[in-house]
Amino acid sequence: MSDQDIRTTLQDAVLQALAEGTPLNITGGGSKSFYGRIAQGRALAVSGHSGILHYEPSELIITPRCGTPLAEIESTLAEHNQMLAFEPPHFNARATLGGAIACGLSGPRRPFAGSARDFVLGVKILNGKGEILSFGGEVMKNVAGFDVARLMTGAMGTLGVLLEVSLKVLPKPAYEASLYQAMPLAAAIAIMLRWAGQPWPLSALCHDGRYLYARLSGAEAAVKGVCGKLGGELLPEAERFWQDLREQRLPFFGGADALWRLSLPPAAPLPRVPGKWLLDWGGAQRWLKSQAPGEGVFEVAKGGGGHAICFRSGDRHADVFQPLEPGLKRLQRNLKGAFDPHGIFNPGRLYRDW
Amino acid sequence: MIASLRESIEADAILYQPEDLRPYECDGLSAYRALPWLAVLPETIEEVQAVLRLCYAMGVPVVARGAGTGLSGGALPIENGVLLSLAKFNKLLEINVPNRTARVQPGVRNLAVSEAAARHGLYYAPDPSSQIACTIGGNVAENAGGVHCLKYGLTVHNILSLEMLAMDGERIRLGSGGPDGPGYDLMALMTGSEGLLGIIVEVTLKLLPLPQKAQTLLAAFDSVERAGDAVAAIIAAGLLPAGLEMMDNLAIRAAEDFVHAGYPVDAAAILLCEVDGLAEQAATDCERARAILWETGAREVRVAENEEQRKKFWAGRKAAFPAIGRLSPDYYCMDGTIPRRRLAEVLERIAQRAAEHGLPVANVFHAGDGNLHPLILYDANRPGELERTEQLGVEILKLCVDVGGTVTGEHGVGVEKINPMCFQFSPAELTQLHAIKRAFDAKGLLNPGKAVPSLHRCAEFGALHVRCGKLPHAELERF
Ligand SMILES: Cc1cc2nc3c(=O)[nH]c(=O)nc-3n(C[C@H](O)[C@H](O)[C@H](O)COP(=O)(O)OP(=O)(O)OC[C@H]3O[C@@H](n4cnc5c(N)ncnc54)[C@H](O)[C@@H]3O)c2cc1C
Repeated sequence: MSDQDIRTTLQDAVLQALAEGTPLNITGGGSKSFYGRIAQGRALAVSGHSGILHYEPSELIITPRCGTPLAEIESTLAEHNQMLAFEPPHFNARATLGGAIACGLSGPRRPFAGSARDFVLGVKILNGKGEILSFGGEVMKNVAGFDVARLMTGAMGTLGVLLEVSLKVLPKPAYEASLYQAMPLAAAIAIMLRWAGQPWPLSALCHDGRYLYARLSGAEAAVKGVCGKLGGELLPEAERFWQDLREQRLPFFGGADALWRLSLPPAAPLPRVPGKWLLDWGGAQRWLKSQAPGEGVFEVAKGGGGHAICFRSGDRHADVFQPLEPGLKRLQRNLKGAFDPHGIFNPGRLYRDW
Repeated sequence: MIASLRESIEADAILYQPEDLRPYECDGLSAYRALPWLAVLPETIEEVQAVLRLCYAMGVPVVARGAGTGLSGGALPIENGVLLSLAKFNKLLEINVPNRTARVQPGVRNLAVSEAAARHGLYYAPDPSSQIACTIGGNVAENAGGVHCLKYGLTVHNILSLEMLAMDGERIRLGSGGPDGPGYDLMALMTGSEGLLGIIVEVTLKLLPLPQKAQTLLAAFDSVERAGDAVAAIIAAGLLPAGLEMMDNLAIRAAEDFVHAGYPVDAAAILLCEVDGLAEQAATDCERARAILWETGAREVRVAENEEQRKKFWAGRKAAFPAIGRLSPDYYCMDGTIPRRRLAEVLERIAQRAAEHGLPVANVFHAGDGNLHPLILYDANRPGELERTEQLGVEILKLCVDVGGTVTGEHGVGVEKINPMCFQFSPAELTQLHAIKRAFDAKGLLNPGKAVPSLHRCAEFGALHVRCGKLPHAELERF
């Protein structure tokens, strides 16, 4: 178990970087260093800031320091039969909580349980002036001040160094069952929409190009009752399958082509882009392996009512995240200035302009 | 200004006579009142843009208003400012069944969404008690919660995208048609922004399938402490009720007198626990909840036998505020959140303080979330009583912060909790919040003076946040 408070070291490093005008590249376990645009700046190692500060199972809240390994947090929760319900991908054994929150990624349970930001209740951060600030807290409902805690989720470290995060956790489901059946993709989209509109205890819904997979979670009687309605076969080694989906270890994710993530309305028709598709989140998160040029993918994502991210193996000097409309871009740039006026945190990781 | 406004807006949508302005002088927190300079009731986004552009050019503050049910003075007008009512933006634009979304104008009433979605087997989960009146715009601006947010989340968890106008009139879309939006999570920032960051002109809401079955239990306890322990035990057991509400004896009696819900009037506290889902799920959870309530010392546990009885259980809870209102000429509704395990202790300490001030306090609240709503009963016509009430209110909020909670769970800061914000946040944190405000509204014209106190104000209030006995950044000037 890790337990180390290096916040003053980190604060000193930020103050020094400010004084020198040297940008910093915030690095945790490095498990998501492939993600986003190319990192620049002097490395600021944060995984030493670790340890679970507070965990109260009956409160459904955990507050770890951000360098704490995700694996340690999940095993601590598992001892009390609880979990991080947004199922954050690790991508390697060193993955830290800070990296998971900064990247804001969520796994298969997300459309039914909520995303990383949905479970964030509070943060302690180091801003670009080297100040240690707390927002939100360890309570379920809190509307005092703007919601900085959720704003930090997915900001790719460009607004500040995450020191601590308080998360809501959930009990593990009493019972789970997963089913699969062969089905063409277009038909699967229609079925997923229909199922997701039913009051059923779904907890994952995906199509890998050949099969439709569904997971149900809840009371055993309720889950078994719905299994009959879904049809298909019971999925062997189901836990392993959902893990592999979450960790991008399924065969679909292999190969040299760029991996794109499209966030779309679940009923959006399949965009016309050459490549192969895997649909997760009931059709709302679509993975695309393709050689198509980036502008084209951004264009179809926008046309479909959503946005795209070049997730892996693409050109990391070009736009990785969907280019913003001018008004939105101005707001986001202003916000960057509000937290990091001298632009020292992760410059260029999110957008080329800051 | 009025002449310029008339170029873009119908004359009868611009109000400036005191008698026309009177209906806008306060929101649900009626202790604070002010007449705006002007009130405008535009009907189209272009008209709102025209109002904003003019105000931006002339440096006139703007206060947005939905239904005015807010309980923290967020929609309190500013005397030299424009009150911008979104009341005419009351159209439900689209229900998209395959995507399970509703696209609405900000002036649509909360309940109207679920009513319209019901025939598709869908509903909008956040259900504030004020849902027949309050608007979606106001819900987003306050991050409203409701009885069912323990399981289904607050407004922030149930909206997908929105369109806002910046103070200079620019139209900006946040979020996306997908489950998330590009770049920073501005949806989170706008939710709960109390009209300080932008004017919300359209919202896309997430709809959920209506649960097949809901089952409600009513448990009576001889002590508030035991009821508090039962709440913690239910959550600790891994049950996630759709709602878990507590009422204390004063609230029970008031509600029973008013709606005859059949509550045990001699109980120290009751808990209402609702479980929902598929019939099998609701039945399993109901049995577990019943067992836990017994084990934690409930004197009596009733399970609603049918839909009619379930509605009756809830009728008392839903009518609790007006019922308590009948007990006293005025009441003041507080809204703090605390860690659940401190419930019993905090309620006890509130009762002590209330006795010291000689003011009765009733408690009806979202126990599952630890969100307290102490209602202080007073009579504004008795000299000094309002001041004592406000003093007690501040003490209660301080207590919430001291046990690790917050000064507002769902009603917002507005003008009401502007001073208590000073003991929840450090000067550097407040400065950061002001920097966010400036990123959206450089001239500081949107709802100025609300939600985030100036450092100057905190210094005057004498409650600059002190952590570990020493002032942060003691070297800095403090005005
Ligand atoms: C009896 C009663 C019970 C209540 N129960 C609950 C409850 O259970 N849960 C809960 O959370 N709240 C509750 N409330 C509080 C209140 O109803 C909510 O805060 C509600 O969200 C306010 O909506 P409104 O339309 O009345 O907003 P208003 O009071 O008009 O405005 C509230 C704030 O939002 C801003 N605003 C309004 N519209 C816009 C817009 N379009 N763009 C930008 N800013 C805007 C205003 O400037 C103001 O700061 C209750 C109130 C009452 C009177």
